Amino acid sequence: MANTVNMSQYNEQAERRKQERRKQGKMRLSTATVTRDNRETIGNVTVPDYRIRCTDINVFYGDKHAIRNITLDIGRHEIIAMIGPSGCGKSTFLRCLNRMNDTIENCRVTGKIMMDNQDINDKSIDVVPLRAKVGMVFQKPNPFPKSVYENIAFGPRIHGLAKDKVELDEIVVTSLKRAGLWEEVKDRLDQPGTSLSGGQQQRLCIARTIAVNPEVILMDEPCSALDPIATTKIEELMDQLCADYSIVIVTHSMQQAARVSHRTAYFHLGDLIEVGATEQIFTKPVHQLTEDYITGRFG
Amino acid sequence: MSTRLEGHTFRRFDGELYHLHTEILQMAGLVYEQVQMALESFQQQKLDSIRVINEREAQVDALEKSIDSVITEVLAKRGPVARDLRTIMAFSKAVTDLERLGDEAAKIAYIAATMYNNDGNNPSNYLLRDVGIMGKLACVLLKEAIEILDMLDLERAEKLLNSHDDIEEEFQAGLRRLATYVLEDARNVGHIINVVLAMKSLVRIGEHARNLVEYVVYMVSGEDIRHTESVQA
Repeated sequence: MANTVNMSQYNEQAERRKQERRKQGKMRLSTATVTRDNRETIGNVTVPDYRIRCTDINVFYGDKHAIRNITLDIGRHEIIAMIGPSGCGKSTFLRCLNRMNDTIENCRVTGKIMMDNQDINDKSIDVVPLRAKVGMVFQKPNPFPKSVYENIAFGPRIHGLAKDKVELDEIVVTSLKRAGLWEEVKDRLDQPGTSLSGGQQQRLCIARTIAVNPEVILMDEPCSALDPIATTKIEELMDQLCADYSIVIVTHSMQQAARVSHRTAYFHLGDLIEVGATEQIFTKPVHQLTEDYITGRFG
Repeated sequence: MSTRLEGHTFRRFDGELYHLHTEILQMAGLVYEQVQMALESFQQQKLDSIRVINEREAQVDALEKSIDSVITEVLAKRGPVARDLRTIMAFSKAVTDLERLGDEAAKIAYIAATMYNNDGNNPSNYLLRDVGIMGKLACVLLKEAIEILDMLDLERAEKLLNSHDDIEEEFQAGLRRLATYVLEDARNVGHIINVVLAMKSLVRIGEHARNLVEYVVYMVSGEDIRHTESVQA
């Protein structure tokens, strides 16, 4: 008997607690999913510690409005991934960050891209030091037709980063080491960069980018021409590098975005649809378009 | 069946999720019948049902294993994310609850077998009354939970989770009533212990049914509402 009585007392107390919690307020249950036609950016586009702050970026190729009113911060020491279907403007946006769109005829970029209190998009800015500060790695490895050594030494030399041969050698070695390539190429520095394997060439290009002390590294599908092992090496490298640099990566592999990035931005037909912590985007995206895309339910 | 799981460009993925959902519903249907039969055996001394329940318990276990292996395959091959990931996680948890529901049904059947093996000294209807009431409530709740799992209906899920826990209330009332029977005639004590054990199983059945509905809420909306007391749209 005693046990039964205690049990029911316990349950009465639990019931009282339950009712109190009920009174305190009901929790939200509705699906937060935003419908497909909404084109406002969902999620927090700004970060407190930003390296680059883009405000209202619009890009036109002739009459074509390629990207519309994109506002987004690139944080310090973060890897931010841009994902979206082909033609959604993610690469166009990436190229705005070091003025690579200048090289395209008919291309017009409006909006503010602030970095170190300077507007990168201002036509008076010299793009050569800018592109050293904001380095870029492309889809296909594109080493210069020179030796491995010269591939790295070229940038520091034209930017006057080394006083003498000793300093230059040091930059070459450090850059190759940081790109995780040193052990593989230390005996063949005088051989052509193009003689390396695809994955090695891509790491050579990353080493070349690092050699000029960038602050931001832009990567436009850096692994799409590589095998899975080379891809893993590049991903590991990115993880190491984000301690010193901000990395912006455009990728078609959603799993890659999920693996390496801290934040993910989803682009769709020129609009920035959703930005959020990668964990959130891949477990509970808010926008219907984001969900359709990452779960493979598109079109 | 809900269409929420469909629409992948790669249609085989649709097929796999559909197949998984069907198997889970099949398991749920089986478990529901087990609970009903267990209650019948308890209330109406249908000892044949007990044998059937024990046989089908193996089917429930086999389904649990086969569904788990499909879930592992889907995870390995499709790398599901977002809604698909939540679906797989929810299914994986639902399977465990369904298996436990099957266990509770088997437990009630076992208690019935023990209780009626007594040289003609069967429990009176007064003692069985509470199991009858609680059993009906548990079956209604479980049926609704399975329908919600089938339709993936958030509105009905919310309604169910916000409803008052009648089973628990009946359990408390039943305990008090049974205590008076013990005081009246101590010879009832053996039957009453059995009745209380069956009642406790029914409480567990109600809890598992609610869990199933909570997984549906997580799957559809992404909200993890376990261990919270109420929900709203």
